[in-house]
Amino acid sequence: MVGIVGYGAYLPRYRIKAETIARQWGADAEAIKRGLQLTEKTVPGQDEDTITISVEAARGAIQRAQIDPQEIGAVYIGSESHPYAVKPSGTVLIDALGIGPHVHVATNEFACKAGSEAMYVAYSHVKSGEMKYALGIGADTSQGAPGDALEYSASAGGAAFIMGTERVAAEILFTHSYTSDTPDFWRREGEFYPRHAGRFTGDPAYFKHIVGAGQALLEKSKLAPKDFTHAVFHMPNGKFPQEAGRRLGFTKQQLEFGWIVPLMGNTYSGSSPTGLAAILDVANPGDLIFMVSFGSGAGSDGFVYRVTEEIKAIKDRAPKVRSMLDNGKIYLDYGQYTKHRHKIKLNE
Amino acid sequence: MISPRYAREIPQRYQLVAARCTSCGTIGFPPRRVCKHCRGRQFEPTKLDSDGKILTFTIIRVGADRFSKQTPYAVAVIELNDGTRLTAQVTDCELESLEIGQKVRLVFRKIQEDGKAGILCYGYKAICV
Ligand SMILES: [Zn+2]
Repeated sequence: MVGIVGYGAYLPRYRIKAETIARQWGADAEAIKRGLQLTEKTVPGQDEDTITISVEAARGAIQRAQIDPQEIGAVYIGSESHPYAVKPSGTVLIDALGIGPHVHVATNEFACKAGSEAMYVAYSHVKSGEMKYALGIGADTSQGAPGDALEYSASAGGAAFIMGTERVAAEILFTHSYTSDTPDFWRREGEFYPRHAGRFTGDPAYFKHIVGAGQALLEKSKLAPKDFTHAVFHMPNGKFPQEAGRRLGFTKQQLEFGWIVPLMGNTYSGSSPTGLAAILDVANPGDLIFMVSFGSGAGSDGFVYRVTEEIKAIKDRAPKVRSMLDNGKIYLDYGQYTKHRHKIKLNE
Repeated sequence: MISPRYAREIPQRYQLVAARCTSCGTIGFPPRRVCKHCRGRQFEPTKLDSDGKILTFTIIRVGADRFSKQTPYAVAVIELNDGTRLTAQVTDCELESLEIGQKVRLVFRKIQEDGKAGILCYGYKAICV
């Protein structure tokens, strides 16, 4: 059996409300909250980035798995906001967590899909028998241009998953990926903010790939939507994952626990992985979980998980997503937010 | 901070690795070359507990150059559960509510940046628990 033996998530304590952003730009807050189904989003502290978020999430995963970090043979961090352009985030993470130096480390980049990609590669290494454990992480501190619709959603957070073969808490039964050249969202080298193609990000991009990967995964697994207890899709806003679920035949109830975007925002590479962590926090042995990520450019990775008895033992060993979403929040005004997100030009 | 010094201090800054004197057991943090208690020179590495409490603190309102954008911020002397004392910035906190005896945990954060193009320096900071 190959699957998740430990998982952890991390969300910063800072928040900004959709109203606060709307007020700054003279936009209609109620229309935006209704349209995007977003209430507030996480904002990284000034001393937080993809590396620190990954470290805290992976710490939770190690606590849950209760393994010797030295036995982890590979570490992959998927993000579109790696702090260094050249120097993998994982190099810092392994030294912070006592992993390695006998370890394979790499960076994954694929817009919002980089996290599920890291999980997929980690899983494949363990499945091939190449190593005992592998760590896959999705984390981001994403930026939306001021006044752009993305500013209401782009947030910070991440989740980490240790793949292994012993004491598996969520077995990976099937995977499927679906990819094509689709210019829906991009950031050119050296540009600070990403660009997107407006409405083109919907049907030809997000829905085509999620539904494409999702349908193939259902066919491959010979399972029907009704067989699943939970489903989670990439969450660029509140509306898209609900619509993707509807198109694939899932109900609102199946999406309930993973649908954390109204209070979290879009954590990009951390989005569906953190949704999965929120589901594992409440999952019971025997539950089937359906997950499909999406990364612009574009592609989707799909996974079918079956929760085992082990979940009961590991759930409470590290902080849960719900408690991080609901507790200890520090709200920022727009001025403080621009400082946190380095949107102000300063003298050197 | 230059790369060689940063790299040398990674075990203590990332993982709280201290030096335990092999003759008298005294723990030095940051690790020292000579034991402050028995002047021994043989040490073994030991990891400190990441939980503790604030012994005293101050609010920095005029920071050194690299910290000037973070003011005001709190710096505290912390006693870890194993008795070791260290100084750390307290992050993610409402400064008005800080008090002596407050329970804290050390977490992994970015401490400073070596300008716009230099290395990023990570290490421990305290959060209230
Ligand atoms: Zn001594």
